[in-house]
Amino acid sequence: MTKLSIEAVHLSKTYGSFNALVDLNLKIEGSKCVGFLGPNGAGKTTTLKIFTDLIRATKGEALINGENVHTHKKAALGSVGTLIETPEIYPSLTPREALAMVAEIRGVPRVERKKRIEEVVAQVKMEEWLDKRVGKFSKGMKQRIDIAASLLNDPTILLLDEPSTGLDPRGMSEVRDIVKALKTKNRLIFMSSHILSEVAEICDEVAMIDHGKLLVYDTLANVTAKFSGDVNVVEVGLLKPLDPILIATTISKIPGIVTAEKMDERNVRIKYSGGLDTQARILSDLLKQNVPVLSYRPASSALEDVYLNLIKETL
Amino acid sequence: MANESSGTSSTFVQLGTITKYSFLNYLRARRFLVMVLLVAIVNLALTAAVAYTQSQAFLNSPLGFYGAWWGGLIDIFILLTVVFFGGDAISGEFQNKTGYFLAPNPVRRSTIYVGKYLAAFIASTLILVLFLAFTLANGLYYSMGVPTQFLQSFLFAWLYLLTALGVTFMFSSLFKTTSISILITVLLFLFVFNVVDELSTILLKIEPWFSITYAEGIVANILTTPFPQHYVPAITTGPGARFSFPTYNASIVEGLAIMAVYLIVCSLLGLLLFERKEFN
Repeated sequence: MTKLSIEAVHLSKTYGSFNALVDLNLKIEGSKCVGFLGPNGAGKTTTLKIFTDLIRATKGEALINGENVHTHKKAALGSVGTLIETPEIYPSLTPREALAMVAEIRGVPRVERKKRIEEVVAQVKMEEWLDKRVGKFSKGMKQRIDIAASLLNDPTILLLDEPSTGLDPRGMSEVRDIVKALKTKNRLIFMSSHILSEVAEICDEVAMIDHGKLLVYDTLANVTAKFSGDVNVVEVGLLKPLDPILIATTISKIPGIVTAEKMDERNVRIKYSGGLDTQARILSDLLKQNVPVLSYRPASSALEDVYLNLIKETL
Repeated sequence: MANESSGTSSTFVQLGTITKYSFLNYLRARRFLVMVLLVAIVNLALTAAVAYTQSQAFLNSPLGFYGAWWGGLIDIFILLTVVFFGGDAISGEFQNKTGYFLAPNPVRRSTIYVGKYLAAFIASTLILVLFLAFTLANGLYYSMGVPTQFLQSFLFAWLYLLTALGVTFMFSSLFKTTSISILITVLLFLFVFNVVDELSTILLKIEPWFSITYAEGIVANILTTPFPQHYVPAITTGPGARFSFPTYNASIVEGLAIMAVYLIVCSLLGLLLFERKEFN
């Protein structure tokens, strides 16, 4: 099977004298989720629009699985699900009809179409609205149908532009769950977002862009290690409340840990020096010392620190 | 035919799909209902008026009847139809963001354009056929029969509808704001072409062979016996007979040729504009 890939080759986009993208080179390969971060006007949506042929690059190429998106659009986007901004659907159509239109365009076989539409609509929890006209839907409801449309052909690559934008907190959480569930299959997900905690929770790798230039592309752990002065943060959830003295005398003494501080009765925030290996060893040491660990995850604030470090100012 | 391995359908299937769902969207839209009501109200009013007045302008001869009923009104209904169904057909994809739902799929822009164009043409044709039905029903009621010239006039009107939609779609591709593209279309067909026709004929004394509204004259002229002369040197008219100007009438071949050129040129330009337009 061909390795999944999306690649920007010397990609530039200018609007008059404004450089929206400047010689962007980025190659993402394999089955993973990559978060695409940057402030407003950094070039995230521009990049995704070029990758979906909504706009043309001034220079360079956008390739999906080796196919040029602009010159070979049908081949390039055949196995790609997309969600760019919040697309509107013809208001007189129902979700069933709108999704049938996309399914027909994408060549979903007739016998599977009905079942597939009902599956994706169930995934975004819009079953009740399947046969109501879209014109009366809220922005969040439309966003859910748009997400369903992007999943119709069971895509191997997903290009998502701020997929949880416009959704209420429950909707945002559900979208995160959908994307996480999609990761379990052989898929490449490239997702722009302003929500750093979302990216930290879902993504394996992160690309940061500002003023149209790529600042960094690496694994989350490497990025945080590289740009946080080698200091990373994990949040440890505990099964039962822990004595603050134990934190000070036992946990803080584990090699590699810089500080350990109690966040509340059942959560401890540990700053440590090192990368993924150190992170794994600290967990092992905590368990050896009978610390009742319930959860153990990198803190999203580490990514936030990196983000704020790298991106000094926004437009 | 689905090309399942690549996750797309053939261009032909995609064209049919876009036409089908765009047509469904037109059919359910309020503006379609407005057009149906408008055609019905005007035709019912005309039916009542002719029945009440027994006007000889209508009832004198079959061609006179169809000329007055169909020839006198169909051009304004075609204008309304193309504005309703074509004015914002493409610009709406940008302003209303419906293009963001369709365009990122593995489908060519030209397929979207042609699909929407066909859908608008089918929806407009339904309006034209409704008008035809009212006209024929009255014509048959008054024992006017169905003259060949009337069938020809219908075909010319149908071609004019196709051409006018092509012009409208081209202007709709030029702008990203629906109100501007609709306004331009209305101004163009109501004023600009007519003013150009008049200026060209009266002031410059040249035949307005470059005007689509000039070509459209064949829809009504075919219902006149004899068919109007191509060039009428001067008609003196007005109080005190002070005004004198020539008149041009497009021959059938000329009218059809002008419409065909408009259709081809505007369709190609519209396609090119839509292909190059960016969603930003």
